[in-house]
Amino acid sequence: MSATLPILILLTSLVPAFITFFLPQERHSVRNLLNLGGAVLKLGLIVFMILEVVQGTIYETRISFAPGLYLLLRVDALSLLFVSLSALLWLLTTIYAIAYLGNKPEMSRFFGFFSLCVAATTGIALSGTLISFFIFFELLTLSTWPLVVHKQNAKSIAAGRSYLAYALPASAVLLIAIIWLESSVGPVEFATPANLERLDDNSLRMIFALFIAGLGVKAALVPLHGWLPAAMAAPAPVSALLHAVAVVKAGAFGVMRIVLDVFGLERMETLGVGLPLAVLAAFTILWGSARALQQQEIKKRLAFSTVSQVSYIVLGVALASPFAVIGGLVHLVHQGLMKITLFFCAGIFDERAGITRVDALDGIGRQMPWTSVCFSIGAIGMVGLPPTAGFITKIYLGIGAMQADAPWVLAVLAVSTLLNAAYFLPLVYRIWFGDAPTPVPAGGGPTERPLGLIAPPVITAFASIAVALLAASSFSPLAWATLIATRDYLR
Amino acid sequence: MSVSLAIVALVTAPLVAALIAVILPRWGPWLSLLVVAGNAAALVVLIPAIVSQGALTLPIGGWQAPLGITLRADGMALAFLTMAALVMAAVLVSARPEFGGGGEVTETRRQWAFWPLALLLWSALNVVFLSRDLFNLYVALELLTVSAVALVAIDGKADGLGAALRYLMFALLGSLAYLLGAALLYAQHGTLDIALLADQAIGGRAAVDMMAVGLMTAGLAAKTALFPFHAWLQPAHSGAPAPASAMLSALVPKASFAILIRIWFEALPGLATPPLLVTLGAMGAIAIVYGSVLALRQTRLKLMIAYSTVAQIGYLFLIFPLAGGDSYMQPWAAGAWTGVMFHALSHGLAKASMFLCAGLWIVAAGSDRIEAMRGLASATPMIASAFALAAVTLVGLPPSGGFTAKYLMLTSAFVSGQYVWAAVLLIGGLLSAAYLYRPLAVAFARDGDAVFKPVPRLAQAMPLMLALAAILLGLASQGPFALMQIGRPSSAEAGLQ
Repeated sequence: MSATLPILILLTSLVPAFITFFLPQERHSVRNLLNLGGAVLKLGLIVFMILEVVQGTIYETRISFAPGLYLLLRVDALSLLFVSLSALLWLLTTIYAIAYLGNKPEMSRFFGFFSLCVAATTGIALSGTLISFFIFFELLTLSTWPLVVHKQNAKSIAAGRSYLAYALPASAVLLIAIIWLESSVGPVEFATPANLERLDDNSLRMIFALFIAGLGVKAALVPLHGWLPAAMAAPAPVSALLHAVAVVKAGAFGVMRIVLDVFGLERMETLGVGLPLAVLAAFTILWGSARALQQQEIKKRLAFSTVSQVSYIVLGVALASPFAVIGGLVHLVHQGLMKITLFFCAGIFDERAGITRVDALDGIGRQMPWTSVCFSIGAIGMVGLPPTAGFITKIYLGIGAMQADAPWVLAVLAVSTLLNAAYFLPLVYRIWFGDAPTPVPAGGGPTERPLGLIAPPVITAFASIAVALLAASSFSPLAWATLIATRDYLR
Repeated sequence: MSVSLAIVALVTAPLVAALIAVILPRWGPWLSLLVVAGNAAALVVLIPAIVSQGALTLPIGGWQAPLGITLRADGMALAFLTMAALVMAAVLVSARPEFGGGGEVTETRRQWAFWPLALLLWSALNVVFLSRDLFNLYVALELLTVSAVALVAIDGKADGLGAALRYLMFALLGSLAYLLGAALLYAQHGTLDIALLADQAIGGRAAVDMMAVGLMTAGLAAKTALFPFHAWLQPAHSGAPAPASAMLSALVPKASFAILIRIWFEALPGLATPPLLVTLGAMGAIAIVYGSVLALRQTRLKLMIAYSTVAQIGYLFLIFPLAGGDSYMQPWAAGAWTGVMFHALSHGLAKASMFLCAGLWIVAAGSDRIEAMRGLASATPMIASAFALAAVTLVGLPPSGGFTAKYLMLTSAFVSGQYVWAAVLLIGGLLSAAYLYRPLAVAFARDGDAVFKPVPRLAQAMPLMLALAAILLGLASQGPFALMQIGRPSSAEAGLQ
């Protein structure tokens, strides 16, 4: 069982993906059953695995390709954090996507690549070696492209082009970094520290920089973030997936693996590469927020907000102090919950009320109460106000900054919070206190149905508050992040 | 079927079928299917046999080497034979609508000529992969060239004839150079058998040997279309009918390349000098960049794919600096050697798939301009998937045979400190992504007005099968990797570890 379970977890999304590709457009129920069934099954298997891992079972699967080139799936605490987040959010996004897309054309292609995308994300989470990570990272790039260009109009084709123009050179850089490192120290497994002494410090610094550049595109680190706002041309469920679960998160998760498992916090310190990374992350946080302030399109504003928020994760691991690392780890989950709520809601505003711009939100709160409440919770969380998940993250990062003797980070956090408030609170204000320009039509305003459309954001919004209120309990993401950090990485 | 019968069948079955097809033209399509099946059966017998017993040598008629001719089935030969069998199966099945004739339709010359030529080409290929005698290889290569040139000219149009003539000129000059070199070697050593040459020439770098191998290399490079001898390739490959292009681009260059490998790595490995190896590598590197840049500038689909072949052939020649010469005995060299073999195999599968895709798309859209492909992805999803998967392999993205190839080559470039070749590999990958992306993006764009001719599903399935095989080569590379180590011509340990 322990050798096959990781494979089974991958297959729960690979098998639906391949079957879905061959389903005719009109087989809606089969397709939905396959995709939802796969998502539920995966979630079940992951829960089972968590219970087993807590009891000390080790899951490891090796598939050899060529000498030195093998796929290793290995479950550790960090991979569980990411894989459980993505499995949960995948299930919700699938429900949402089925309701959102309804009977639009090319549904089989969409759900096929959608499942493939999640399979790739799962693979990234479970990868136990650099080269396994790379293989799934590239699979993710390729399977996201058809989703980004799904609408097949000029705008989405241009977005897809820009996505690949960033992602493929980045993958070449990542491959150089991996092969450079592995040609000197042998295949790198995350579970066993690589013998980095074989390389001199300057080579190691170069390799570290190449890793960050290669992963930075997906993690949307400035100046490698340009593709993300353009990718907004994709349908809303795809944006939700890109921003909260898959692509951006894969980049951030990759940075974590490199810092925590390949180099290790101590070596990052002796090489002196932590500070530049922290500065880059801090700059990205501020730059993303500043650019978000200028956007009048809701989805664009959210996209730049992602640029900013994901860098909290990078900032946390770059600071390398206990609280900062925990804050970075837990933000992986927190940002996912909050950002997916926002994108779900933005999709409903767009699809049901035709609202894409900030100034069109005036007074929508009375017509679409559920969506508006969820959106407001997500926005408040992004600003980092209590009692939401964002608050926990910022507190931890702030304390972590003091532990790391980097008081300048506090200033960055403060300015960023102000900026977040400046671009999110006006939206909340407009939703609830703006004047609706036209009276509500007689036949009722825009609907928030079917249930599949509104239930996912309600659940994620609720979750983003729950994880903060219950942060002290032993099942919260914060508790898990603390466990990961203290047991595996902080020595 | 016994093992030696299997080897003989691989060589003779297509030849006999070709001769029958000349006499009984209507049997061509059916005979081809029969040969496909026979070839597959022979491979099914041979592969387990050499996996368990190691490389097999078969002296024809029981006559040993200096007198008779030997055929040898080693891992490399079988890997190439299998690739060729897959490509030929797909090509012969997809050629049926175009060349099948059938029913009331009167036979045209192209329908009559296609089947014997394709079968002859296949037979020649199989001989090249199995043969261990430099003169025998020459004969097979000539047969291959003649049938390839005839396939280019099969439409009888002025363009095709011009391209075929140009191809013939290069090929004949190449043959002459090769024959001259072979004659010199024979005069020096009294044999052309590869194993005997290897025994005789150990150690020395005789001037005559150098000259002979130089001539043969130049001749074979011209036939492989290595830069700067590539000028014949793009008109020939883009001018031929799509099934013929698939064979020409995927298989024919691999034959002359295989002979180069046999000469350099098996017959006379002691001859390599670093400047020579770097020169061959540099020509390959220029081919990669030059071919890719020109591919990027093409507006016609088949011409773009043909230039892509010019570039992809360049990768093959990186084997010389990465695995040749003094590095021959180094631990990384085996990785590089196998990596290039992986590249040759996955390029064969992917490029054949791509030419078949192009052929179907051109029929569907009625034009071979890339811009005319707008909206084709929705109309022909299987072709679009095949093209995309073939592109993944050619770019070298995981998980595909192209990635395994690139990984092995990159690793050996880094381990041996030859960073220039690593840079070339990466730049080549990015450029190929750039030129292959264009037709895909155009096909993916929506165009409500476009009307396309329907394409039969079986024809769509063939390129998809080839592209999937190229992906599978990466997903299951352990088997092919182990296979190609059988009878490998060096004492180098496999891979890095």
